[in-house]
Amino acid sequence: MKRATNTGTRLHRIAVAVLALAFVSFGVAPAGATPPMRLIPAGNYAPLIRSTGDAAAVGVAAFWLQEVPVTNAEFLEFVRANPKWRRSQVSRLFADASYLESWDNDLAPGPRAPLDSPVVHVSWFAARAYARWLGLRLPTTVEWERAASAGYDRPDGRADAAWLRDLYAWLARPTPDVLPSATAARPDFFGVRGLQGYVWEWVDDFNAALLTGESRADSSLERNLFCGAGAVSSSDTSDFAAYMRMALRSSLKGNNTTSSLGFRCAGDAVAGNLAAASRDAAR
Amino acid sequence: MAEIPPQAPWIVKVAMAHLLVGAAFLGSLPINSLLSHAGEPSAAQSAIPKQIAAAVPAAASPSAQAAPAPSADLPAAERATAEAAPVAPVSEGPADAQGRVQLPADIAALPVEHAVLVAPPQVPPPITRRHAAHVILQLEVREQVMRMADGVDYTFWTFGGSVPGSFLRVREGDLVEFHLNNHPSSKLPHNIDLHAVNGPGGGAASTFTAPGHSSQFTFQALNPGLYVYHCATAPVPMHIGNGMYGLILVEPKNGLPPVDREYYVMQGDFYTTGPNGEPGLQSFDMAKSIDERPTYVLFNGAVGSLVGDRALTAKVGETVRLFFGVGGPNLTSSFHIIGEIFDRVYPEGALNQPQENVQTTMVPSGGAVMVEFKVNVPGTYVMVDHSLSRAFNKGALGMLKVDGPANRVIYSGKEVDEVYLGSQAPAGSESAKREAELQVKIQREISANPVIAGLTKEAQIERGKQVFMGVCFACHQPDGKGLPGVYPPLAKSDFLMADRDRATRIVLKGLTGPVTVNGKTFNSVMPPQESVLTEQQVADVLTFVVNSWGNSGEAFKVDDVRRVKSTNP
Repeated sequence: MKRATNTGTRLHRIAVAVLALAFVSFGVAPAGATPPMRLIPAGNYAPLIRSTGDAAAVGVAAFWLQEVPVTNAEFLEFVRANPKWRRSQVSRLFADASYLESWDNDLAPGPRAPLDSPVVHVSWFAARAYARWLGLRLPTTVEWERAASAGYDRPDGRADAAWLRDLYAWLARPTPDVLPSATAARPDFFGVRGLQGYVWEWVDDFNAALLTGESRADSSLERNLFCGAGAVSSSDTSDFAAYMRMALRSSLKGNNTTSSLGFRCAGDAVAGNLAAASRDAAR
Repeated sequence: MAEIPPQAPWIVKVAMAHLLVGAAFLGSLPINSLLSHAGEPSAAQSAIPKQIAAAVPAAASPSAQAAPAPSADLPAAERATAEAAPVAPVSEGPADAQGRVQLPADIAALPVEHAVLVAPPQVPPPITRRHAAHVILQLEVREQVMRMADGVDYTFWTFGGSVPGSFLRVREGDLVEFHLNNHPSSKLPHNIDLHAVNGPGGGAASTFTAPGHSSQFTFQALNPGLYVYHCATAPVPMHIGNGMYGLILVEPKNGLPPVDREYYVMQGDFYTTGPNGEPGLQSFDMAKSIDERPTYVLFNGAVGSLVGDRALTAKVGETVRLFFGVGGPNLTSSFHIIGEIFDRVYPEGALNQPQENVQTTMVPSGGAVMVEFKVNVPGTYVMVDHSLSRAFNKGALGMLKVDGPANRVIYSGKEVDEVYLGSQAPAGSESAKREAELQVKIQREISANPVIAGLTKEAQIERGKQVFMGVCFACHQPDGKGLPGVYPPLAKSDFLMADRDRATRIVLKGLTGPVTVNGKTFNSVMPPQESVLTEQQVADVLTFVVNSWGNSGEAFKVDDVRRVKSTNP
């Protein structure tokens, strides 16, 4: 773990430099706005649902992940700089009627949305626009799941009793009216905080995993996560938390916002073509 | 600032693809396949069709009832491409929303009714109309913390704010316009599978609804009967295990026979991380659910939901109809009412061929039964799952209180109570007496220690009350008076107060055989609680009972319990 942290710190500096360069060249956001990022080393992810013939695990390239979810303060900077993403001005195509619903007004998060709490009531379009504004992107499903599978003190959370207990306790509780600070969460094995147990988070390809689920006709039930049909193609039917994330993602559309759905940004671990890396990871 | 324009070409391509494949494939896999060669693939493209599909009904049918034609894609695409034009937030429905169904004239002309929803154990009044109607049902999904047992809370996921969910009542032949509204505070998406629906998934796919959204679908109630409905979102056992089930009654065209009372009860099994009775907010335990080892088996979602002030009521001579269902997710119920015989049982919720004179009826998980019976004599009738550990140890117990004049010809009550000298008197042996003396000595020593004696008895009494109301009240009754001739009283009980260690031992090891309490003989069985309660809980509940209902005694210590536990009487 120590080794990972050291490596992470060194690579972190490099990445910050690379990102800073990116900001200069795009000129879209101040370099000072770079959020703290953690390196998720290359590894494997076992998808919950797969078709016959799919590999049991897919490789995930190393990538950077924001240490904490994007906060109301950070999102406030974004809407200040991008008026079209303010609550009163956003297009309904890109954010539904409850977009930033907990904020007092366009430029004041207010008491229901403390500045250091995760921003929620944001659409996938808005989250994506925010990430681009910083020269970053949203993590893919496999990246997010790979990072979120870590326990507090080991890479596989399913063997970490304390982590599992906290995860299921969170799933069992209603969303509080006011979310706690994004920095209060216990860091996991990779040094990332609050991936599990704070808010749900958008992923870039949130509906790719259930492509048929999203476009389901009522006649293709066996491909969906309903009733027993969901168990047929699953690799681990006891991973209820993964089912819940899959179900949530497949229920969403790009303009949806909810009281417990936020996001965090990701970046490629090597300077290079962002889209290519994302494609490789998704594959 | 360039976040949207790069997506615009996709929107156009998607719209073109829609024109190619037609509305039947709106937002479906073939579109993405078609598009996979049309430009730079990225993870984003899969999300775009969703967005456009959602926008189509908004643009094509700003006013309700119009069915969108395939060509309706075009205005949507134009609008989306223009982007700047404000779009009325008419529809945020599922991406596969197909618009409202176009009804034939005779069905479209049906009178419109809004269904009335009431909380269990009540049901909406019988349907008196003798014609079909267009019934609009609004059901809200809420995730909320509610009481599971005294001192025990749980985050239930509910249809309509109660467990079971609201009772839905329609008539055979009705057109049911169903709205599922997922409250904005929900953490999860939900849907509903109504077993009364003819169609894949029973409406599940058509009602899959994100938090803060609403879905609509319509079905015709073709088959009369009593049906379970439940959430069918993965992981389904968890959604049902958190309380997402209810009953829908499709009344036959000619209605049901008239009765005096109708009630609604459902059984469900619950899986908490803590053991039965552990106080505080409990979480769902996935492992116990998979192993089918419920911590609680409950009628109407809570221990004691149908006892005391909340008991069902009826008057002597009335006929009672119970709509009883089992939500599961795992257990089948052996439904029985102690002291009643079901005059008519409509097995499996099928309403045409009742069976008569039934004692216990089996109700499968995801199934229901309608029972009718006339209550002839007053008293309290206890409803149980006759797999009795569930009733006595896990909560599957409710009560029907019947008031009115006694009829001693039908039921006499206890006629004679006299001494019967059996072969043994275990409570009176020499050894037991000696031991009792020793125990009194030990007790005295413990009481003399000011540190132990100074422990706050009041805290123990409060904790003990919670244990009592979770475990003991079913037999000994909430007022501690027991049931005459069946379960001995604890209130002002000479037997209880005479021997503290005996009382402790009975709680731990149970008691079989005759005992005399306040001059009356009881001969029933008390199950051992050793494996159910912790030593602290045993001490607490004993402290509670010897300090309640007129009793007054010293607190029980964990040491007392431990000592009795290790002593062989």
